[in-house]
Amino acid sequence: MRSWWWKIACVVLVLYTIIGGMLMPVPRLDILNETIRNLYYHVPMWFGMIVLFAVAFGYSVLYLRSGDLRHDLYAVSFTNTGIFFSVLGMLTGMEWAQYTWGAAWSNDPKQLCTAILMLIYFAYSILRSGLRDEEKRAKIGAVYNVFAFAMVVPLIFVIPRMVDSLHPGNGGNPAFAKYDLDSNMRMVFWPANVGWILLGVWIATLQTRLALVKYKRESIL
Amino acid sequence: MTKVFLTTVLLLLMSATGVMAQTEMADVMRADGKIYVVVVVLATIFAGIFAYLIHLDRKISNIEKENNIN
Repeated sequence: MRSWWWKIACVVLVLYTIIGGMLMPVPRLDILNETIRNLYYHVPMWFGMIVLFAVAFGYSVLYLRSGDLRHDLYAVSFTNTGIFFSVLGMLTGMEWAQYTWGAAWSNDPKQLCTAILMLIYFAYSILRSGLRDEEKRAKIGAVYNVFAFAMVVPLIFVIPRMVDSLHPGNGGNPAFAKYDLDSNMRMVFWPANVGWILLGVWIATLQTRLALVKYKRESIL
Repeated sequence: MTKVFLTTVLLLLMSATGVMAQTEMADVMRADGKIYVVVVVLATIFAGIFAYLIHLDRKISNIEKENNIN
């Protein structure tokens, strides 16, 4: 294992999130009750997804500049792990919504926007799987990925802030401002984000390394 | 006589429940609505997933060595 330190940091932070997230004091709010602790697990999935998609976008741009298939492999692995995180984020959000908003799906703007975003990225996977030739697949995939990431910004950061939503902090306000006032939650929330993001990066790098071995064996690289 | 008998039984029962309440042990795991049990379960899943992840990481490192990557 190369460079251990950030993987150790990942293990420590996620363990802290699980234990601290369950036992540290949280504000007592009606309806939400103890489910406010989901903030430590549901929200970091989206943070992780955004970081993974951003890294994938960076590698896609790098690939288009260099033509190095290694960069394409990184882009694919980070995108796939990002899709995985988005699915987890969507499922946990629906579970949470079922018991606090009264329904798993209530056409909340954030729900709709992330659903559209997930479809865009599903299409990325389908597009790639339809192309046999490595070079062509890499090039078309990279171009598509640049446009896909261009949709992340309006769908995640712009539209949800312009309309009213069931989510906290929407409708003109930056997210989390309400919860950030509580210093106890901040002590778990930010380490949680770093921990879960590192976990996503770890999984993505494992996928990339495996794909690199496969390419090397088939002497594509 | 029956009155005396009933009161003794009642007293015994009451004292028995009283004793039981006092002798309950390993209280930490049973306190606060048994949330600590959930924490232990989560920690177990966490340990399993990360052990698997580290195992995979090492396995891939070995394959990389065999194929002379890096």
